[in-house]
Amino acid sequence: MNKPMSQRAAIAAIRFGQGRRPDEAAAVDPVAWLTAQLRLPAPPPSEGLPGYPQIAAAIRRDRAAREEIRTTTAATLPAVPPPLMPDREQRQIGEAEARAHTSMLLTTGAPFRERLVTFWANHFAFNLRRSPVIAAHAGHYLREAIRPNITGPFANLLEAAVLHPVMLGYLDNNQSTGPNSPVGWRRNQGLNENLAREVLELHTVSPASGYTQADVSALARILTGWQMRPPAQEDGGVWFNANRHEPGDKILLGRSFPQGERGAPEALAYLAGHPATHRRLAEKLVRHFVADTPPPGAVRRVEGALRDTRGDLGAASEALIATPEAWERPLTKLRSPQDYVIAVLRAVGSPAPEGLGVVGIMARLGQPLWQVPAPDGWPDTAPSWTGPEAMLRRVEWAHAVAGRFAGRTDPTGLAEQIMGPLVNPATLLEMRRAGSQRDALTLLLTSPEFQRR
Amino acid sequence: MTAPKPQVHLPRRGLLLGLGAIATLGPTRLALARAPGDARLVVVLLRGALDGLAAVPPYGDPGFAQLRPGEPREPGVAGGPLDLGGHFGLHPRLTHIHAMFQANEALVVHAIAGAYRTRSHFDAQALLESGEARIGTSGWLNRALAGLPEPAQGARNGLALGTDIPLLLRGPTRIANHAPLTAARPEDDLMARIAALNAPDPLLGPAMREGLAQRAFTAGALGPQPQGGPRSPNPTAELARTAGRLLAEANGPRVAALDMGGWDTHVGQAQRLPNTLGALDEALGALREALGPVWRRTAVLVMTEFGRTAAINGNGGTDHGTGGAAFLLGGAVAGGRVIADWPGLAPERLFERRDLAPTADLRSLILPLLREHLRLPEAVIAATFPEARGLSTMRGLLRA
Repeated sequence: MNKPMSQRAAIAAIRFGQGRRPDEAAAVDPVAWLTAQLRLPAPPPSEGLPGYPQIAAAIRRDRAAREEIRTTTAATLPAVPPPLMPDREQRQIGEAEARAHTSMLLTTGAPFRERLVTFWANHFAFNLRRSPVIAAHAGHYLREAIRPNITGPFANLLEAAVLHPVMLGYLDNNQSTGPNSPVGWRRNQGLNENLAREVLELHTVSPASGYTQADVSALARILTGWQMRPPAQEDGGVWFNANRHEPGDKILLGRSFPQGERGAPEALAYLAGHPATHRRLAEKLVRHFVADTPPPGAVRRVEGALRDTRGDLGAASEALIATPEAWERPLTKLRSPQDYVIAVLRAVGSPAPEGLGVVGIMARLGQPLWQVPAPDGWPDTAPSWTGPEAMLRRVEWAHAVAGRFAGRTDPTGLAEQIMGPLVNPATLLEMRRAGSQRDALTLLLTSPEFQRR
Repeated sequence: MTAPKPQVHLPRRGLLLGLGAIATLGPTRLALARAPGDARLVVVLLRGALDGLAAVPPYGDPGFAQLRPGEPREPGVAGGPLDLGGHFGLHPRLTHIHAMFQANEALVVHAIAGAYRTRSHFDAQALLESGEARIGTSGWLNRALAGLPEPAQGARNGLALGTDIPLLLRGPTRIANHAPLTAARPEDDLMARIAALNAPDPLLGPAMREGLAQRAFTAGALGPQPQGGPRSPNPTAELARTAGRLLAEANGPRVAALDMGGWDTHVGQAQRLPNTLGALDEALGALREALGPVWRRTAVLVMTEFGRTAAINGNGGTDHGTGGAAFLLGGAVAGGRVIADWPGLAPERLFERRDLAPTADLRSLILPLLREHLRLPEAVIAATFPEARGLSTMRGLLRA
């Protein structure tokens, strides 16, 4: 058995991590443990999960199948609608990615890093129900656009996320056409400002910066031409379609950006370095990791780190760790349903599951994976997650989990292992008085201190 | 490559259906296993320690009134026990058991306990399930199955309903697993404890209180909900009914284990216990009904890890004790009797001057079920309860 966990080690594992697994060693130096995770090399390419060409091939096959159904049905009218699940391959890719992602969360030894991945994926939120193409690209987006960029310059992360098939599709840039571009003239098409508006409002400077509708329109024109590559082309991924790009320089927030492929990366880099962006990111990071109402001193500290490093997210994360408020009790953040599911399964030492059960229970508890209701992402304050029915569903699911895992370990010993001094004496007392190991484990997993982080 | 012909693709469960593949479970687990022959055995384990003196009040014992003041004691008075032929009664919520008793299909056993003394729930349950002095990795019911012939080609050795298998049925014989899709939930007592632990939290406390109130309203307004509804009013009865249906199949399992929580009544026993007893009784009635004609060949053992203190404590509850009650029910049972070597309730007659003294060993009740009901070979029985050699067993429990 490991040494008793210090309070700081427990806070590191719970506030900054995904909750401790009983088979994990407690951090001897919690700050070093967290910092080391930020300095890990970029993760290697994922084996067995598809790249852009494989995704494009799946889209082509699904579209061929749809066409086959359409022509067959047309030839045999009158016919009942075919009992076929459309876009099967794209959905299967989405399911495989979700499975791989949740399994990795259960077992990762770099939980702080993965918390940051989740945070940034929620900053650049998307919903895979929007289209099968987005479902097929969702895992790729996390693996290739988000995860490698969470400890580098924010400009890199911003460009990788915004110019990815997921975001270009989710926020309609695929349809956005410069009115004076060749395609715009020929088809009489125009701008779609959705992506530009959300980049300014949600991803970067926020309305506090005082941008105007003219700036939204300018960024939309800058972004024209950036699209998902037609799946008929084997490479897949994203391309710059000059035939849709609005000609001419554009003035965004008083600065001029050139026509052409260079415009969008330059504009995004400018927005990434804007002081209003740093303030907004600092506030969001502190709200996520420290408190629903971010302590101003902590926000200033993280904001300063971003300013001094020209937007380095590794430095911002280190500033977060160095914030004294982040190490104070009580832990007041509430674990969101996804956090809670992962923390429970880690707490009982669950192996990586093979099926989609983890994804299913996240949905049942109110936070389906990669399915935000709106582009501003999942809410990050406790009252958003404390609906009465949602609370009872947590309890019921915890009880079911306790049924599967009770008897493998002494529950009060487990409480000490995973929470150390953060477990309440009242919880331990009730656990000792419980009528079965299952009940004792349920009490631990539904205790207020387990639900907080 | 030519385009594939259209095929029927069944939607797979999961991501895009938004449904959990993990079914939520109730307080009750049900595990089933096949056994040859016609006899059916169901073991119901009451986890948390049933108060035998409340379930089977010895109203004829002069010490009872002093230990349990304020409870209606005479059969026939309002709220009084159902009579078991003088001296002993049954809690008034146990109406199905009483009907079985009157039909000579129920044996009530009193002052009985497991073979090993501990007042820890976890240890006592594990000892009772493992059937050995040291808690191992297998249960006696599984070891009993292990001596049976392999099931038919393609069939599993056994079947467990619920996502977890109790220690009682863990062991070398593989048990297949089937989780019912009922939306069940922890029993009220555990819910109350969880709500109490969360009460000081400014957000979680009110949310949980409100949730429980809403559910109570829904249940009251709509009555019992179908599968997938907010909750089942008695998940144990649903599992028992499922067990009965499966056991009634000609090629179905022969042995089932079912467990139920909610018995750890340290506080306010008079308010909490009647509903739990009622739910158990309803489950046993449902089991009998679902078994149909097969009830005739069935024995149901209802047992708990230990009894509770003879006296009521300062919170209107009872604490962990020793001797308690057990039931043997079914058409195969030679019932209509209370079996008790009654030790009496006078203070000096109590075990450690606090608990009903145990005068019978649960194994003496179990062994005849293996020997005379399931008709297992002696070698298997010896391996099932390796430390029971020489133990005198109860006689005449089963119809000839």
